[in-house]
Amino acid sequence: MISIAGLLGQTFAILLALVLAPLLSGWVGQCRAWFQSRTAPPLLLPYYMLQKLFKKDVVLAHNASSLFRAAPFVIFGCMVLACAIVPTLSTDLPFAPAADALALVGVFGLARVFISLAGMDIGTSFGTLGGRREMLVGFLAEPALLMVIFTLAMIAQSTSLATIVETLAHRDLVIYPSLAFAGVAFTIVSLAENARVPVDNPATHLELTMIHEAMILEYSGRHLALIEWAASLKLYAYSCLGLALFFPWGIAGGDSFLALLAAIPLLLLKLAIGGAILAGIETVNAKMRIFRAPEFLGIAFMLAVLGLLVRLLLETRI
Amino acid sequence: MPGSLLSIDVLLIAAAAWLAIGLCGLLAPRNTAFISRLLFPLGAVVGIGMGVAALNALGGDAQTAVLVIGLPDLPFHLRLDNLSAVFALLLGFASAGISIYAAGYFRKGEGAAPGVLCLEYHLFLASMLMVLLADDAYAFMVAWETMALSSFFLVTTDHKHEEIRRAGFLYLLIAHIGAIGILLSFGVMTGGAGDYSFAAMRTQELAPFWSSAAFLLALAGFGAKAGLVPLHVWLPEAHPAAPSPVSAMMSGVMLKTAIYGLLRVSFDLLHTTIWWWGVVALVVGLITALFGVLYATVQNDMKRLLAYSSIENIGLIAVGIGLTLIFHAYRMEGLAALAMTAVLYHCLAHAGFKSLLFLCTGSVLHATRERSLGKLGGLIHHMPWVAWLALAGVIASTGLPPLSGFVSEWLLLQSFLFSPGLPHPWLNMVVPVAAALVVLVAALAGFAMVKFYGIIFLGQMREPALKDAHDAGAWEKLGLVWLALITLFLGVMPSTVILRIDAATRQLLGSGLADKLNENGWWMLAPISPERASYEPLLVLVTIAAALLMGRWLVRHLYHGRVRRSSAWDCGYHFEGPRAQDTAEGFSQPIRRIFEPMFRMERHFPAARDTKPFYSVKVEDHFWYWCYLPIARLANWISTLIVTLQGGRIAVYLMYSFITLIVLLLVARP
Repeated sequence: MISIAGLLGQTFAILLALVLAPLLSGWVGQCRAWFQSRTAPPLLLPYYMLQKLFKKDVVLAHNASSLFRAAPFVIFGCMVLACAIVPTLSTDLPFAPAADALALVGVFGLARVFISLAGMDIGTSFGTLGGRREMLVGFLAEPALLMVIFTLAMIAQSTSLATIVETLAHRDLVIYPSLAFAGVAFTIVSLAENARVPVDNPATHLELTMIHEAMILEYSGRHLALIEWAASLKLYAYSCLGLALFFPWGIAGGDSFLALLAAIPLLLLKLAIGGAILAGIETVNAKMRIFRAPEFLGIAFMLAVLGLLVRLLLETRI
Repeated sequence: MPGSLLSIDVLLIAAAAWLAIGLCGLLAPRNTAFISRLLFPLGAVVGIGMGVAALNALGGDAQTAVLVIGLPDLPFHLRLDNLSAVFALLLGFASAGISIYAAGYFRKGEGAAPGVLCLEYHLFLASMLMVLLADDAYAFMVAWETMALSSFFLVTTDHKHEEIRRAGFLYLLIAHIGAIGILLSFGVMTGGAGDYSFAAMRTQELAPFWSSAAFLLALAGFGAKAGLVPLHVWLPEAHPAAPSPVSAMMSGVMLKTAIYGLLRVSFDLLHTTIWWWGVVALVVGLITALFGVLYATVQNDMKRLLAYSSIENIGLIAVGIGLTLIFHAYRMEGLAALAMTAVLYHCLAHAGFKSLLFLCTGSVLHATRERSLGKLGGLIHHMPWVAWLALAGVIASTGLPPLSGFVSEWLLLQSFLFSPGLPHPWLNMVVPVAAALVVLVAALAGFAMVKFYGIIFLGQMREPALKDAHDAGAWEKLGLVWLALITLFLGVMPSTVILRIDAATRQLLGSGLADKLNENGWWMLAPISPERASYEPLLVLVTIAAALLMGRWLVRHLYHGRVRRSSAWDCGYHFEGPRAQDTAEGFSQPIRRIFEPMFRMERHFPAARDTKPFYSVKVEDHFWYWCYLPIARLANWISTLIVTLQGGRIAVYLMYSFITLIVLLLVARP
């Protein structure tokens, strides 16, 4: 039942994710610099960073425990799995039945719990602060994300990502108002989950408002490299998820080689546009106070629930 | 020996064996070695045997037995059907782990004599088994009360402390309020026929009003035992008071007997279902779950935190029961079966991971003599076994793949998701909103559990005395490993488990998931069809593990594995004392702030000119002030009125007797 072609496609998708993810981060950074009239760093900067960090020694704090050392690998593993499940080029993924959309949210949740625990492990003031805030953002963002997925799952009558994407990609041009609500909610959630600007700032240190950076302050060397790589994989997975859910055109349905080849430039184009939009959002917004974040994410939750209700009440014939 | 020994006989022998083990404890009540090295492991063996027998009984026909004890002409009717078998399975396997752990836990000089404890503990186990087997109201109530009383004595093991005695009395009081509800519910269900056997109740045709009354009484009665709001107040008092194996047993297993009772009454004894029962259960469950998880996040006592987390889980189970009732009332059998499977699965999963977590707190308590989160921290260094096993419990409890909690949560969400098309307009509105709240509860549970784990096991030690903490002993480790394995098994083999417990779903609802699951392999959980929803936890686990190991191997080979140790960086701040990290109160500050109206808080903030500034916060349960204290004041007020009758003078009392006599003579004249 698992075809060789499917397995090859799956492996290719994972490798593509591993390669493309740092590039996407670099691209967003570059666009951001352009928008802000700064000289842009090289596009390949994330790769140089990874290379440099892998070469360096790991410096562990004296009371770092085994969990602290295991966490980067667990988080990396979770993100690889997430990238394997999200349909990027084709919906014919042998791993797709392993986890549907709900399980995908669970996998992200697992990574979040591990990174928060790792942040608390050394017992520094910033680490615990980051862990607490990460869980705060998590419990606000996760329900909103699940409500978005519920809306889409009701449209497609399925929680399997492959089925959702196929249904949405091959529909007639019907406009679903619920999708608009879900789309806005999803954007807000992705900003929060990926530690982007209105909620967190990926480019900051030494700021009392940092979340993601606060948790990983004590990491160095290969551990830090893996966490950075995992973070860019997460951004990649979220971008691909958003593209697959809201702009699914061009994702190959079967395992035909040509369709797969055609899907690659389309994916690159979509990611480039998406990254530029993300950089735009980050440029025009200011970082908000931490206790504004619940309101911001509460809006996402409300919009997602509204989308679900719109779907149920307006779009279904009872 | 084919046909000679039925499963129900094995279960009865197990109950008798537990009783015998308990009585053996009295032979040498002070001999700790005899009791903990011999009797408790024996109890665990009996538990495993009982669980295997219950597993065998699943899917078979109901077996009955009559036990001629008790009152003349009123023997105990017993029956083992698929529903009892599922819960007996839970009791057997969970209690095995807890008993093994208890073998290493109870020490000399802590509370009651170990022999007495052994008797109470095994009596508790046997009575829970009899609750599951009872087939008439009389046997059920006798077993139910034995269970309540034996657990009361277990809770008050350390009865020298005033607060523990108070917790015990509160527990006893609410247990009896619940028992009254159950008793009345049984009374209504006999329909005045006077036959208290369950078989007679099943054939009774009740008017909708009376069956609703029976359902509501049962919901209140069993809800008091399970911890549904507003009858939950005993849980956060009793669980910290009891020794940890007892907390584990009460939270992991005893709460499930209440769920068993509720399922038995609503789906078996009352064979008609009215849709709004489901709404009541759903709403009560949602309130309970949300309340439980919010209070769990703000607790500073590790066992209270877990107790509130149990309230949350019971709430989720009640939500599942509510959904099942709604679907069942509208004859949507496929969805009802899905929701029922979620309920049963969550019962099993919760029994595993919550027992595990309570036992871990027991080990922490033994190692540090400290229950307050504010005085723990960094225990992963000295207690790696307990810490890593607790992590399994934490992940399962948070409802994350690939462990057990996620499976039931996934099933529950799936049954929400495919619910549109209920023939009732506003139910269609309520169900998605309920789903949103369930998701919020699940996400908040993550916050509570990260707090629990991070504050106890990670970070720097908050007290110097924690340096002497030691890891759990061999028996304790064995018990913890057993429960962690159950959690793992339930997490990665959901189809296998559901195929076994499906017999109970089919018995209650007339349809199950087995046919759908059999179409796919054992590794895949696809309750409707793989195109609609599927989950393969084993593949999830293997992929994450493979990526993890390959990443590690590649990094080691392409680069290096060098590690240096140094002091923590922390952005260059050199002050790194344990007080710089979050306290338990600090960690939950965002929750207190966002959900402020949900809590009753007394806070003290330091003022600008305080010479000894301090901050303190005390969070209390609203329900004490809304519900219990007014009732207590009312009771007090009535008693002060009655006190005027009791002047303490014998002449007045004689006059009362005289007046009573006269009145009786007047009234009772022939």
